Amino acid sequence: MSGSEELVEVSLLELAHARSGDKGDTANVGLIVYDEADYNIIVKQVTPERVKHHFKDMVRGEVERFRLDNLCAVNFLLHGALDGGGTVSLKTDAQGKVLSTALLRMKVEVPRGVAARVRGRGRLPAGAAGEGG
Amino acid sequence: MSGRGALSSGRPGRVRVASGQGFWGDDLEAPVRQVEGGRIDYLMLDYLAEVTMSIMQKQRSRDPGAGYARDFVTLMERILPACVERGIRVVTNAGGVSPQECARAVAEAGRRVGAGGRARIGVVTGDDLMDRLDDLASAGHPLANMETGEPLASVRDRVRSANLYLGAGPIVQALEENATVVVTGRSTDTALTYAPLVHEFGWSWSDWDRLASGIVAGHINECGAQASGGNCSAEWWSIPDLSGVGFPIVEASPDGSFVVTKHLGSGGAVSLRTVKEQILYEMGDPSSYITPDATADFTTIRLEEDGSDRVRVHGVRGAPPTGYLKVSVAYGAGYKAVGTLVYAWPDAAAKARAGARILRERMDRLGLAFDQVLVELVGWDSTHGHLVGHPPPDIPEVQLRVGVRGGDGAAVGRFTREIAPLVLTGPPSVTGFSGGRPRVQEIVAYWPALIERTAVEPEISVEVYEL
Repeated sequence: MSGSEELVEVSLLELAHARSGDKGDTANVGLIVYDEADYNIIVKQVTPERVKHHFKDMVRGEVERFRLDNLCAVNFLLHGALDGGGTVSLKTDAQGKVLSTALLRMKVEVPRGVAARVRGRGRLPAGAAGEGG
Repeated sequence: MSGRGALSSGRPGRVRVASGQGFWGDDLEAPVRQVEGGRIDYLMLDYLAEVTMSIMQKQRSRDPGAGYARDFVTLMERILPACVERGIRVVTNAGGVSPQECARAVAEAGRRVGAGGRARIGVVTGDDLMDRLDDLASAGHPLANMETGEPLASVRDRVRSANLYLGAGPIVQALEENATVVVTGRSTDTALTYAPLVHEFGWSWSDWDRLASGIVAGHINECGAQASGGNCSAEWWSIPDLSGVGFPIVEASPDGSFVVTKHLGSGGAVSLRTVKEQILYEMGDPSSYITPDATADFTTIRLEEDGSDRVRVHGVRGAPPTGYLKVSVAYGAGYKAVGTLVYAWPDAAAKARAGARILRERMDRLGLAFDQVLVELVGWDSTHGHLVGHPPPDIPEVQLRVGVRGGDGAAVGRFTREIAPLVLTGPPSVTGFSGGRPRVQEIVAYWPALIERTAVEPEISVEVYEL
């Protein structure tokens, strides 16, 4: 990939939104592309191996991936991500609620045109209502 | 008063099941808004999570009249007259470990607000295995942990609660007997939504596709506003009026397809994005979502926008359930405590780490042993860990958060007394200790297991009585 000049890096945050939750000591992260056209980028690049590498020791066990082509979404199971899970875990995020955005930090490579289309997505636009008090 | 009246609602042949509560502690006004805000036929209220049952069991051990979601009784006192007036029926798992006590309290509340003689209460029991564990063990049911394979015997003396997940059958039976309010213990969250559909449309228990569609509807409804704009990561700033968020409503058709919507004029949003996020919430293998009544294949779901704040769901395929029911056991697994202090600029993170190191050394000197000590810097790495790198020296402040857990409650108790001394005996520019000593908590861990249906189904029972 790195040899191609047409490809540039964007963060997953710009391509997809996500929600995460828990089942025992396993966290799940559902990753949903904003545009169906970008689904293949996720399928090809956001592999279980890359996700495992992204999280490193934050996920002690295996990473499994399930495709939901019907929703242009993928579901990851992060085994051993919650330090024992729900009530046992000492973690602030004992239920993995914000592992969703932790995954959205990952970088993927996309053609320049795609990058131009998605740049800045996922972040509060300047002057938007959510800002300030 | 019969739910059949539902079929004469604005859209003939459609039944509207509104979600009013996604967990014990959810927005208390949401169910009121669902009843007052427009036409609904059923109100489903989900109060139970895995840990909830053990909390309720603890309450019942102190007071035999307790062990259910009291919030539900207060709520019914407010809304039962309107529900009776409008033919809205209520389905809930608020009964916790004391469904009969819960139903009795609702009946009393109902009579107080003039619903006596105008409503019927249904109670589902038989999910509570607490008193049957030894019998089941000697009959050859090990209730082995689904994750580790260990038999329940290894933690038997520390079991705090044990409940079956019941399907929709008993709820449907109560609705057939004209219950206005159905109170269950540990029913599956999804059953609270699709039981009314099975009842209204007369679906067969072997119509796997329709049941699976109902399961998807239930999954979308079961976390309240998480399907209608709450906690939505897609352009969250653009979702309007979350202070008056409309909880989701499933508007189902006899063929199993349904529309997810919310009351006109309510806040929030129902869109492909909000519905997709909820569909993926707490998802395992999407092709095999197992419930007591059917197995749903979430990879067959078809979604379409169907006008403003309306998403149509169809095409769901299902398969038969398994011969087993899931059992949720809660057991005591030691103790934990978490203490926090706030360190301010300059070098806030370095001070916090030094504080944590001093704390650890003191615990070592005291000979306190724990299974785990966890140090986090809230404001820096407590949620995204190593992905954020090292904190800058100019970080304005961080909260040091130290957690310990272990089998020795006294050691955990001593830990809670070691936090405050750090203020005068550790690094400077530290504050935020006014909350007092941390609390020692018993850890109640979760033990998932399976059991053959035939061993437990005969004990499931339904009782319906006049208010």
